[in-house]
Amino acid sequence: MSFYLVQFLSGLAAAATLFLVSSGLTIVFGVTRIVNFAHGSFYMLGAYLGWSLIERWGTTPLGFWGGVALASLAVGALGALMEVGLLRRLYRSPELFQLLATFGVVLVIQDAASYAWGSEDLLGRRAPGLKGSVDILDQPFPLYDLVLIALGPVVLGLLWLLFNRTRWGTLVRAATQDREMAAALGVDPAKLFTGVLFLGSALAGLGGALQVPREAVNLHMDMSIVVEAFVVVVVGGMGSLTGAFVASLLIGQLQAFGILVFPQITLVLVFLFMAVVLVIRPYGLLGRKEEAPPTAASPGPPLVLATGLVRWVPALLLLLLALVPLVAGDYALIVLTEVVILALMAASLHLLIGLGGLVSFGHAAYFGLGAYGSALLVKHLAAPMPLALAAAPVLAGVGALIAGWFCVRRSGLYFAMLTLAFAQIAWSVAFQWYGFTGGDNGILGVWPPDWAAGKAAYYLLTLALAGGTLFLLRRAAFAPFGYTLRAGRDSALRAEAVGIDVRRHQWYAFALAGSAAGLAGGLYAFSKGSVFPTLMAVPMSVDALVMVLMGGIQTLSGPVVGAALFHLLETEVMSLTEWWRLVLGLVIIVLVLAFPKGVAGFVRDLWMRRKEA
Amino acid sequence: MSRLVVENLQRSFGGVKAVRGVSFSLAQGEVLALIGPNGAGKTTCFNLLNGQLRPDSGTVRLDGVDLVGLPPRRIWRLGVGRTFQITATFASMTVRENVQMVFLSCRRRLFGLWQPAVGCFRDEAQNLLERVGMGAQADRPCGVLAYGDLKRVELAMALASDPKILLMDEPTAGMAPAERLELMALTSALVRERGLAVLFTEHDMDVVFGHATRIIVLDRGQLIAEGPPEAVRADERVQAVYLGTAA
Ligand SMILES: Nc1ncnc2c1ncn2[C@@H]1O[C@H](COP(=O)(O)OP(=O)(O)OP(=O)(O)O)[C@@H](O)[C@H]1O
Ligand SMILES: [Mg+2]
Repeated sequence: MSFYLVQFLSGLAAAATLFLVSSGLTIVFGVTRIVNFAHGSFYMLGAYLGWSLIERWGTTPLGFWGGVALASLAVGALGALMEVGLLRRLYRSPELFQLLATFGVVLVIQDAASYAWGSEDLLGRRAPGLKGSVDILDQPFPLYDLVLIALGPVVLGLLWLLFNRTRWGTLVRAATQDREMAAALGVDPAKLFTGVLFLGSALAGLGGALQVPREAVNLHMDMSIVVEAFVVVVVGGMGSLTGAFVASLLIGQLQAFGILVFPQITLVLVFLFMAVVLVIRPYGLLGRKEEAPPTAASPGPPLVLATGLVRWVPALLLLLLALVPLVAGDYALIVLTEVVILALMAASLHLLIGLGGLVSFGHAAYFGLGAYGSALLVKHLAAPMPLALAAAPVLAGVGALIAGWFCVRRSGLYFAMLTLAFAQIAWSVAFQWYGFTGGDNGILGVWPPDWAAGKAAYYLLTLALAGGTLFLLRRAAFAPFGYTLRAGRDSALRAEAVGIDVRRHQWYAFALAGSAAGLAGGLYAFSKGSVFPTLMAVPMSVDALVMVLMGGIQTLSGPVVGAALFHLLETEVMSLTEWWRLVLGLVIIVLVLAFPKGVAGFVRDLWMRRKEA
Repeated sequence: MSRLVVENLQRSFGGVKAVRGVSFSLAQGEVLALIGPNGAGKTTCFNLLNGQLRPDSGTVRLDGVDLVGLPPRRIWRLGVGRTFQITATFASMTVRENVQMVFLSCRRRLFGLWQPAVGCFRDEAQNLLERVGMGAQADRPCGVLAYGDLKRVELAMALASDPKILLMDEPTAGMAPAERLELMALTSALVRERGLAVLFTEHDMDVVFGHATRIIVLDRGQLIAEGPPEAVRADERVQAVYLGTAA
């Protein structure tokens, strides 16, 4: 009995931290409508700053709590800085750009923290006066955690007072409910937004600094917390503070007891919970229906089927690529093989984003499903490569068919969050199910048979399969299927009024895109000889988004160009420096701010302008 | 014979009773005008008829088939086409592609993965666009059209499915007076040729009294008058709530 009580209390302590972080996230979202990936990085920075300050002053209670407060304020200031320098330029951009820009900040902060504090785990000092534990029905329970448990409701109460009893808070609430109205009240939105970013980030920093006595500070804290905080915010209802509180409590308990019942799938449990909640309550526990769900990507100009000589460019390119092995060495062929695979991955994602307006934040799941499908068949059933490769798109397609059924029921941000949830489920299974998937050791020894083992042979095989699929995707984009997808994106209202089942179409597109990504994954597995859970992790999904964005979402050649650019950047620039995250992060930020139409879109615009002139 | 029969339709939004107890019928060959001041509930009525909104109570029957509860796409397949007051077209496509989309949907060709869509039903779409006076602009992107032209595209899209009933929500808004009459003359011609039945809303009284075969008047969600144009024009209640304010 007492054991369960202690478990319950641990759940409450975890919930308190979760609430601190997700309350900040939900406040920022409520006002700015931006899903801030960097929120987890602020949490991590709070922990690092807190660690440093506590090391220095933490011997006395005043020094300890003062250090925690100072860390939180410093992080808040950084959040305000991000609003002024970056977010402010993005409020009118499609969500995809906002999400990516904040992810760029994640990468930059990763390297900054690594530079400042190194990559070793840091163990912090314990809180003076709270080092011991108390016995709760004969079970010891850390005193410090009791303080945390109390802190959750206290912060909720303070926030409630702030939002309901102060003028500033009232304005924030007004802005959350109706941005136009807030402007009419004579509020300077810029100042309000900066203030909100300060508050939200300071809460994340506080949550981080409070972790110092409880767990080691390290560079992985950002991703794990932000994904959990997303879940809390989505489950609670985006923008709802009370919702975040309730969801934190539920998820804290789910984790505390889930680990007893299903120790193997604790990570999956949270995301399954979120998916179930979203299906039952589409806008979260306490969320309100959005009148117009924000659109993910703006409709572009008409796709024009190339005529004349331009028509032959793809075929010519394919021919040239097929001749490369005559002149290139092994290294170049390996790089090119990867470029071709990634081009297929990016093009499949582009089908969803560019044509369907569906921003998937978890496309890596299907890439990974294909890769793991192939690798598992080889490992457990000793399947020959052709069979394993054929299975990759099938498995990924089935996975996408299942996940897609849920995802297409929501649009805009909720769609993005659901795809993320499913990708995390896939990732958790690969990561935690040691016996079957090898966990983070991955699966090794997935090599092609002799006839395809040569770099040139495997390259040509990849080119044929991926090139063929790219060609099919292109046909589909110009065929009624692609047009219908665009119709649903341009105006779902009109589409439904002329007999189009928009959801069903999006569902099939999701499966088709997943299946193509799966083939790319299968090819990738055999090209590397191994698979790891990172293939399905958030950064991989983001890489794919960056490729699509780099190339530009409004052209079909975009993703191919983007994949090539991205991979060259990865192998030729980022591999030269230890600080590749910084480079990538800055590239993302610059892309989002300077080339909103991507590189291919930029070139096409130049070309069009020249033609018109 | 009546094709569309509407009985005692009700719908409220929160506390606002937008439509209360509306009943009317529409026969083949009729051009029925639904008029009323701003906020009377006209668009809401349309949305109830084509399935975009579900009525709180009441029935809608098309040739005896109950339409209540069906999604818009099913009602469309049964033969109810509509245009929107706030135009809704596919902005990333050309004018012709917009109409081709409807043909593709009609003939259930939406899932084609191979044949380029631009070649499908091209001539049919072009003919229809010529008919509504948009032939010359067929290759322009819909996103850049003037409002009045968008209304014409909407009409072409609605006609592409060869509907039995055509619902037009302010079809001539954004057009010059001469264009308005022209468009309504076209509508009347189509009614005669195709055996259509049209229900339309309109604020321009010249259009209404010039082209409607019958008029129903809505005020704050309730029908207050019904009849041929001359009778409605003479109706005292109508003059009080509607024409009185307009004149
Ligand atoms: N989705 C909705 N939610 C809440 N109220 C609505 C909604 N749609 C319409 N209303 C309300 O219902 C009433 C009728 O609106 P409706 O748009 O049907 O009027 P209308 O006759 O078409 O007006 P107009 O001539 O301006 O087009 C109005 O009071 C309007 O505010
Ligand atoms: Mg209206």
